[in-house]
Amino acid sequence: MSLKIVVLAKQVPDTRNVGKDAMTAEGTVNRAALPAIFNPEDLNALEQALRIKEQNPGTTVGLLTMGPPRAGEIIREGLYRGADTGWLLTDRLFAGADTLATSYALATAIKKIGNVDLVIGGRQAIDGDTAQVGPQVAQKLGLNQVTYAEEILKVENGKATIRRMIDGGVEVVEAPLPLVVTVNGSAAECRPQNAKLVMKYKYAACPLEVAEDDSRKGLRAERQYLNLTQWSVADVDGDPSQCGMSGSPTKVKEVQSIAFQAKESKTLTAKDEDINGLIQELLNDKIIG
Amino acid sequence: MANYYTDHPEIAFHLEHPQMKRLVELREKNYEDAQKGIDYAPVDFEDTIENYRRILEITGDVAANVIEPNSESVDLEGPHLENNRMVYASKTKENLDVTRKAGLYGVSMPRRYGGLNLPSVVFSMMSEIISASDAGFQNIWSLQSCIDTLYEFGSEEQRQKYIPRICAGETMSMDLTEPDAGSDLQRVMLKATFDEKENCWRLNGVKRFITNGDSDIHLVLARSEEGTKDGRGLSMFIYDKRNGGVDVRHIEHKLGIHGSPTCELTYKNAKAELCGDRKMGLIKYVMALMNGARLGIAAQSVGVEQEAYNEGLAYARERAQFGQKIIQFPAVYDMLSRMKAKLDAGRSLLYQTARYVDLYKSLEDIQRDRKLTPEERTEMKTYSRLADAFTPIAKGMNSEYASQNAYDAISIHGGSGFIMEYKSQRLYRDARIFSIYEGTTQLQVVAAVRYITNGTYLQVMRDMMAKTSECELKSRVAPLIDLYEKAVAYVNEANSQEVHDFLARRLYDMTCEIIMSLLIIDDARRAPELFEKSANVYVRMTEEDVCAKCYYVMHFTEADLASFRAE
Repeated sequence: MSLKIVVLAKQVPDTRNVGKDAMTAEGTVNRAALPAIFNPEDLNALEQALRIKEQNPGTTVGLLTMGPPRAGEIIREGLYRGADTGWLLTDRLFAGADTLATSYALATAIKKIGNVDLVIGGRQAIDGDTAQVGPQVAQKLGLNQVTYAEEILKVENGKATIRRMIDGGVEVVEAPLPLVVTVNGSAAECRPQNAKLVMKYKYAACPLEVAEDDSRKGLRAERQYLNLTQWSVADVDGDPSQCGMSGSPTKVKEVQSIAFQAKESKTLTAKDEDINGLIQELLNDKIIG
Repeated sequence: MANYYTDHPEIAFHLEHPQMKRLVELREKNYEDAQKGIDYAPVDFEDTIENYRRILEITGDVAANVIEPNSESVDLEGPHLENNRMVYASKTKENLDVTRKAGLYGVSMPRRYGGLNLPSVVFSMMSEIISASDAGFQNIWSLQSCIDTLYEFGSEEQRQKYIPRICAGETMSMDLTEPDAGSDLQRVMLKATFDEKENCWRLNGVKRFITNGDSDIHLVLARSEEGTKDGRGLSMFIYDKRNGGVDVRHIEHKLGIHGSPTCELTYKNAKAELCGDRKMGLIKYVMALMNGARLGIAAQSVGVEQEAYNEGLAYARERAQFGQKIIQFPAVYDMLSRMKAKLDAGRSLLYQTARYVDLYKSLEDIQRDRKLTPEERTEMKTYSRLADAFTPIAKGMNSEYASQNAYDAISIHGGSGFIMEYKSQRLYRDARIFSIYEGTTQLQVVAAVRYITNGTYLQVMRDMMAKTSECELKSRVAPLIDLYEKAVAYVNEANSQEVHDFLARRLYDMTCEIIMSLLIIDDARRAPELFEKSANVYVRMTEEDVCAKCYYVMHFTEADLASFRAE
């Protein structure tokens, strides 16, 4: 069966290889010092979508992302790997969104896209690590959701069969479409960029990016697929009060900059009292329990 | 994230060469593919170079993040035999899968068959990048270049049948060697007979040492003319694995490149197609095939030169002895600087050769569609001759440099270099074959010697000198060329063939070193930040070597041979 799949993807600062400039003096992420990348688990999600496309001829995969104009790179990276299309939500009104406002914006856009069978996203983004956006999108759209997916085994007769990670193992579940799936980092790695697709789409850009650099204007006029879709709050019929800062109830109360310091080591013997003591200490410090 | 292309700006430098303009112009034929609506075809020069960069970035990414991390496991596991079929190491399969998904096949083929239409320059860059991550996998991947020979000499029907399959990632092999026909391919015995009933050719016999021998599509050298004994009775055939008839009898256990399967094949009435004309197999087609393959080995060698240098450098920076990092000791940085100089000069020679190959091959390809102008014909002849002259020096020198760099990388590691957990030992084992297969270094000398004696290289040196702007290094190379000229004249005057053959290697080394000196001087002029040190080091090495070799040659007479003859 042919399906319409939307992959949720986010451009994030690469927090995996942080140097000394990673944080500002105020304790926030120094985005300028970190390269902007495709959120890793969203790449796992894209791979699942592309595999379903291979198994179900006629299926289309589109990337939905929200961010500044340069987040158009996320759509291009998706196209380079085999996605068919993409939508960039960009508007000053979207800026400063917490997970609630983000999921509102994404859900609104998915409604606008219409007739979506599957929404697949990464479990969480490496900048916020909340894992809230996927489930909140499902909630707002009133759709079923499967989280911690490791592999979408098949999609047949309006149902998806999914292997998902659970404590101490895996389980295989079946869920009816339309469906939201969040994919875990233990899922298959995403395929590389494809040479021909990179050559084809390398000048694809959204209008705001073109406004910055219009060096391939003629080519974009000739090849319509090089013009990426860019949506504002108004374009998706969104309610500005539920978007961006104004739609975000999360307020940062305080940011602490924690520097880990080596402390003295403690030697434990194999005696029961030593082990019980350690467990008690870990419980008291809320490290376990 | 690590990337073998972007991490080594010395590679990208060679995309900036002034000859690239002409090369791209010829290769893209007025950008006609874009006008025909092929959506991945470039529209102008900048666009073409941007495409090259993007593809190299993908290659560098896949190499650093998939192939290299798999390389140790591939080295330990290797391929195995199962029911007369070769089965790749499990991680080799993963490498194939990823490179296919990245679309890195059919690299040199025209877009009308689904290819990427990339020139040899870019193919060689991809080759060195893949080789740096795993030299054995480079063999499997780069054998796709056999398709060039099928494209050049096969029929249109054969092109349409086979090229799209290679573009989709099917693998190739060239089945030349037999138990009694190694360097001397005229002795090939594999029998080709025409089956009148089925209207096809049938192959019977044995091939040995076939790299990637269980590939999907084979080019096979076989004796089609019964009763003949020399090269003129040999023709080239295409064997399609889908038809069956060829079994793998044995997979060799080798010193290095463990991931690359070396097979012994038995042909039992295997159905095959004739490629090109009968009797031209060795004389024309295998020569073309070998020249392409030799350039491939030169690129494979440069990849290992780079990786060995990287390993040596990283260890020398980290390891401390006698209270300081060992990189501070002259004995260690002497080794490192020579490794880097050989790498930079060797790479420059590789890409100069690749440009010559591209320039003449693109003109040759244009000639398939229309008549060349007299100027274009002259241009094609010039570059064809230069490509012929440069291929044996690029292959020979780089294959030797790869082994030397790997040897030095182990020396820098000290005792750790001898331990299997370190990568240097693998590079050392892998590199050893480079100066043997596709013609030993001794045979590269044979291929180059006529260009030494007839003064082709000398003319090249003079031309390069004339084009190089004045500088201190250039003035130091000038007297070396004079010494070289005298040494060549001395050998030419000796009327003993044995003396000629005996001294050829020394003349060959001098030739290569002077040409590479001139190349690296020019590179340093254009990008001093990348090559100035290497140019200084390389010219000094050349002075040392050319003076010594010249002395050796000029003091050699026929009578001296007696002390050298083993029997």
